[in-house]
Amino acid sequence: MSEAPNFDPILQLDSVCLSYHLRTGEANIVPNLDLTLRRGEALGLVGESGSGKSTIAYALMRYLGPHGRIARGRILFEGRDIAALTEGELRQIRGRRVAMVYQEPMSSLNPVMTIGRQLAEVPMLHDGLSFASARARAEAMLAEVNFADPAAIMGRYPHQLSGGQQQRIVIAMALIGKPALLIMDEPTTGLDVTVEAAVLELVRRLIRRHDTALLFISHNLGTVANLCDRIAVLYAGEIVEEGSIRQVLINPRHPYTHGLLDSLPRLGRSKHDMPLRPIEGHAPSPLSRPAGCSFASRCRHAETPRCTAQSIVSLPVPGETEHRVRCVKVAELSPWRPPATGGASNMAARESEPLLRTENLSKQYAPAGNAFLRKGAVVHALGGIDLAVGRGQTLAIVGESGSGKTTFARIASGLDTASGGRVTLDGEEIATLPVERRPADIKRKLQMVFQNPESTLNPSHLVGRAVARAVRRLKGLAPAAARREAERLLEVVRLRPEIYGCKPSQLSGGQKQRVAIARALAGDPDVLVADEPVSSLDVSVQAAIINLLSDLQAERDESLIFISHNLAVVRYLADHVAVMYHGKLVESGPVDALFAPPYHPYTEALLSAVPEPDRRRARIILEGAPPSASVVPKGCPFALRCPRRLGAVCDEAPPPRQHGRRGHRIACHISLADLSRLQAAEPPTATGQPLFSPKA
Amino acid sequence: MALESISQAGPSTQHQSRSGSGGLDARRLLSMRLHASPMTLTGFGIVLFWIVVAVLAPLLAPYPPNATDALAAAHPTPSAAHWLGTDHLGRDILSRVLWGARRVLTVAPIAVLAAAVAGSLLGLCAGYYRGPVDLVISRIADILLSFPVIILYMIVLAMFGSSALNIILVIAVTKAPIIARIVRALTLELREREYVAAAKMRGETAFNIMLVEILPNARGPLIVDMCLRMGYTTITIGVLGFLGIGLPPPDPDWGSMVKDTYGMMSVWPHMSLVPCAAISSMVVGFNLLAIGLREDADRE
Amino acid sequence: MARFFLKHLLFLLLTLVVVSFLVFVLTELTPGDVARKHLGAYATQEQVDLLTRQMRLDRPVVVRYVEYVGNVLSGDLGNSTRFRVPVKDIIFDRLGNTALLALVSFLLIVPLSMGLGVAAGMREGSLLDRSIVLGSAILASIPEFASGVFLTSIFVVTLGWLPGTATLQAGGRWSIAAQMVLPVAVIVLFDMGYVVSMVRASMVEVMRRPYIRTAILKGMSFRQVVLGHALRNAMINPVTVILLQINYLVTGVVVVESVFAYPGFGRMMLEASLYKDIALIEAGALVAVFIAVLTQILGDLGYMLLDPRIRA
Repeated sequence: MSEAPNFDPILQLDSVCLSYHLRTGEANIVPNLDLTLRRGEALGLVGESGSGKSTIAYALMRYLGPHGRIARGRILFEGRDIAALTEGELRQIRGRRVAMVYQEPMSSLNPVMTIGRQLAEVPMLHDGLSFASARARAEAMLAEVNFADPAAIMGRYPHQLSGGQQQRIVIAMALIGKPALLIMDEPTTGLDVTVEAAVLELVRRLIRRHDTALLFISHNLGTVANLCDRIAVLYAGEIVEEGSIRQVLINPRHPYTHGLLDSLPRLGRSKHDMPLRPIEGHAPSPLSRPAGCSFASRCRHAETPRCTAQSIVSLPVPGETEHRVRCVKVAELSPWRPPATGGASNMAARESEPLLRTENLSKQYAPAGNAFLRKGAVVHALGGIDLAVGRGQTLAIVGESGSGKTTFARIASGLDTASGGRVTLDGEEIATLPVERRPADIKRKLQMVFQNPESTLNPSHLVGRAVARAVRRLKGLAPAAARREAERLLEVVRLRPEIYGCKPSQLSGGQKQRVAIARALAGDPDVLVADEPVSSLDVSVQAAIINLLSDLQAERDESLIFISHNLAVVRYLADHVAVMYHGKLVESGPVDALFAPPYHPYTEALLSAVPEPDRRRARIILEGAPPSASVVPKGCPFALRCPRRLGAVCDEAPPPRQHGRRGHRIACHISLADLSRLQAAEPPTATGQPLFSPKA
Repeated sequence: MALESISQAGPSTQHQSRSGSGGLDARRLLSMRLHASPMTLTGFGIVLFWIVVAVLAPLLAPYPPNATDALAAAHPTPSAAHWLGTDHLGRDILSRVLWGARRVLTVAPIAVLAAAVAGSLLGLCAGYYRGPVDLVISRIADILLSFPVIILYMIVLAMFGSSALNIILVIAVTKAPIIARIVRALTLELREREYVAAAKMRGETAFNIMLVEILPNARGPLIVDMCLRMGYTTITIGVLGFLGIGLPPPDPDWGSMVKDTYGMMSVWPHMSLVPCAAISSMVVGFNLLAIGLREDADRE
Repeated sequence: MARFFLKHLLFLLLTLVVVSFLVFVLTELTPGDVARKHLGAYATQEQVDLLTRQMRLDRPVVVRYVEYVGNVLSGDLGNSTRFRVPVKDIIFDRLGNTALLALVSFLLIVPLSMGLGVAAGMREGSLLDRSIVLGSAILASIPEFASGVFLTSIFVVTLGWLPGTATLQAGGRWSIAAQMVLPVAVIVLFDMGYVVSMVRASMVEVMRRPYIRTAILKGMSFRQVVLGHALRNAMINPVTVILLQINYLVTGVVVVESVFAYPGFGRMMLEASLYKDIALIEAGALVAVFIAVLTQILGDLGYMLLDPRIRA
């Protein structure tokens, strides 16, 4: 067994082509890839869905399935060709020299095996340890990944842990064999922002301590920027730009990278500035790649025949040797400038009469009695929520899982009813009216856009029919008139009217979401409730939908309530913001008041956890987790984790609601003046000014 | 109760798998075409064969199925006059098999359809309304399912006589709970889909949601199950005939053909072997079709 | 745990009551028939009416049912008109015979179907898998009487290796063991078709799960992955299915018993039904339902023990 403990570079890909063999032909997911990773280096691989990033990850471990193969080129891991290894040699490398962390931690863990056993398997397998010694190593590893009580965790089952905890287990399982290379495939997608921050911090610490090389795959530029040394941008299976973080993010040179950065809402931008710039068009299909640049069909600067005739090679950027770009015009294009921000700050949004208002809204769920489990306790989903949305205004509700934001949306839209308090829409009381019992005009006035484009349309029905049906029910039109109206609505959301006759499976995610918006607009609603409308979409598509929502609001003067965990999107779209934690409102107010000190400590932590590509500052890492949903804390729900906790008063007494300027409210024991003083000590971050200024 | 699958309660995910701007995912590529596999085609072929036989039985059968012939009974083995031989009463086995197909393919589909309609409606209501409605329907289904069906058949048919109607009723009543369970499980899952919530928000009635929004999406597993039910029902009809509580004589029924003749197996095995082969082949056809369809749908 | 048993016990009682009541109503719907059965077909209407009154059959059904329940609980199951003995004497004897058949079959079905199902499911699409799928589909398609006929024609008529009937009378030409070979074979072949496909389906489902990928990428060999990770998960559903087979084996094998003249429970019920032997029908139905619900409880118990997600 030839081990090469100090081989450098640890990973080398030479002209690698990865393809899948289909009935319809050979799909070249990755046509020609060159990549190098050195010992202890952290490389971020950024790409959208369909870019082939997961394929590359699995290829490194030679796990491509029966139809995939390494068609050409060599993948050298520690100097050895992966494709040439025998099964036995491959097994020795997997888990020991190279390990992987996956996207969905819950399904990556065996549900019927204790954590301890799953962890201990690795050293038992690779280092021949006895069960007892392996268990000891496992416990030590659990302590390293920040579990306070490792011995207890050893005997638990995966379903008894939270998402963040599960992911830490998977990370522990990957690192317990002390691999030289760690591959992480979208490991924090699906986790709350604050949990994500904690996990990334943990990973950073561990790879430095063990000198592990890291290949970090993500669609999120910000996450990658905060963790990695180098970054490679992947488009349609090709690396279009690579270099150090600083190089690529300060001085991006490839038009696709520009497009990604342009379409990202950042903490400084609002809809009153320039609109986001989505990238139009589609990536080419791997079954039929164009002869020249894959991005040419969507590139503003494309020229025939320079860009489309022959394949493009990777060229260094003048003056930055480590920075390479796959573009023939790299020397010619003018440098990228980040979009202007902060100029037109949110003009005093005209205060209007509240259209939808909640007073002391609360919601409890009865215990989920089950013969097998013990009787569940009452779940307190919401308590004491006072909010209002004016006509033509946008209210964003921010929170993580368990905050109650989805419950709020469901009550507003009538899919659930309130347990206490009042909700009025245009003067009419709707808190206890489920949607089935709402009068027709209320139904028409308030409609909802959902989160998941894959399940928002009925797969058995034509797309246009979904809209036409809504028109018929909400406006009472006859079938022919409804159809015409449906076609008009499809055009309003910028879809071609031919889409009417398609099935949802023929549409892309962004298109489906547009149809869903058209459907919601069918009755000319006054209020649109959108629950995470863009989180399931690729970054470049998100921008288009955000723009659409913003334009629609301006044109139709409708109110928008949207739920999001993404503070950058919130900053961009909202006029007013409400931050929720454990069912309570911790802060609310106009958007520019919220994004400047004083903040509620939770808001402060949220803001610091937002991964931003061009910001490097200390993040506030929250320990622990929110209290369980059936617990009603006597004092402040955030007290246990609050980095600014005063003392016993925070645990015993509910925090008073303090009022700032223009309706800004914070529920905290610390006075506003003190908060402002303490938080001003940190460099201002809310305006999004990069710490590194681009070379003018 | 016993066979319900527990849905995994995971942490609430805020980001689902991402939808792209149209760039094709490797996974979607692998599943782009829906091809009927050889298994599906074979099963379909066999079923089609028997359907054609059943429909054309009057034209294809060389003899009337109940016509006895004492002369032929003396030499019942297969000959030029009787390709599959005759039974102990001289009746032509080939004709009886052809007409027997008719019997089975009339009774079985009606029973299965009745079970499917009743089961689907009950399953939809149980899954959609949940609560007390679900409790009652599920308990009744459990009680019905816990009763050993053969015993039920014997009791009912022996007490009340076995006519085609009774057989259809008793089969429908015993198969409906199985279908109800399947549909209920599907409904429980599908009712959480966002398009159902969207339908509620535009004011669709519960029935509309169940029949128009949910049921079409349960079509796949339902069709597969119905093919399986057809197979099992064919066996059941054969078994009833064999036990003597099936469709009344002298009309040919494969099961009773076996019952009448298997005692003479040591001398004339063909008399019972032929109807056994017939019924086995028909059920094989339905089962292969069901398995094939399920795998094809799986691959999509 | 206590809740589990309490809930299931209640359900068992409920089912027993409902079903026995239904059966009672069905069989004793027309009191005149009951009396006529006792007297024979040639009795006059007067005699029938007289006996009806004497047997107090003209009381409302519910009252008679309650009396019946009382009798059952005190051990009196009535008399069989077909066999002319107290029900107690024949029903448990026949049940025992069937239990013997069921036991032997069960001991064969479980290891065979688990082995084949796992072998098929662990490599989905392989030649072995395809063959097993095809084989089990065919086996599940051949009704028991048909396979009984096929096997008999080979082993009894042509080869003469085995007896054609299994009357369980020792001392004749064939030993009891030899007599049981064909009935057991027929049952095992038929049931295996179904159980193998269930086990395979569960195994296939498990092998597709992401945690299997995790195990493989930890460097475990295929064998280790299957035995250590897949098997326990894959067995959760099939265990309940297998336990439910007990129900079929005891109460559903009437066809096999008929083909081979085996003196079992199913055949007894068939004759009772054809003969309209009311006491025997009612008692048999009660026993059958009891066994059915019991196996369901066992199945739920097994499920609960195997899957930690359900345990309290």
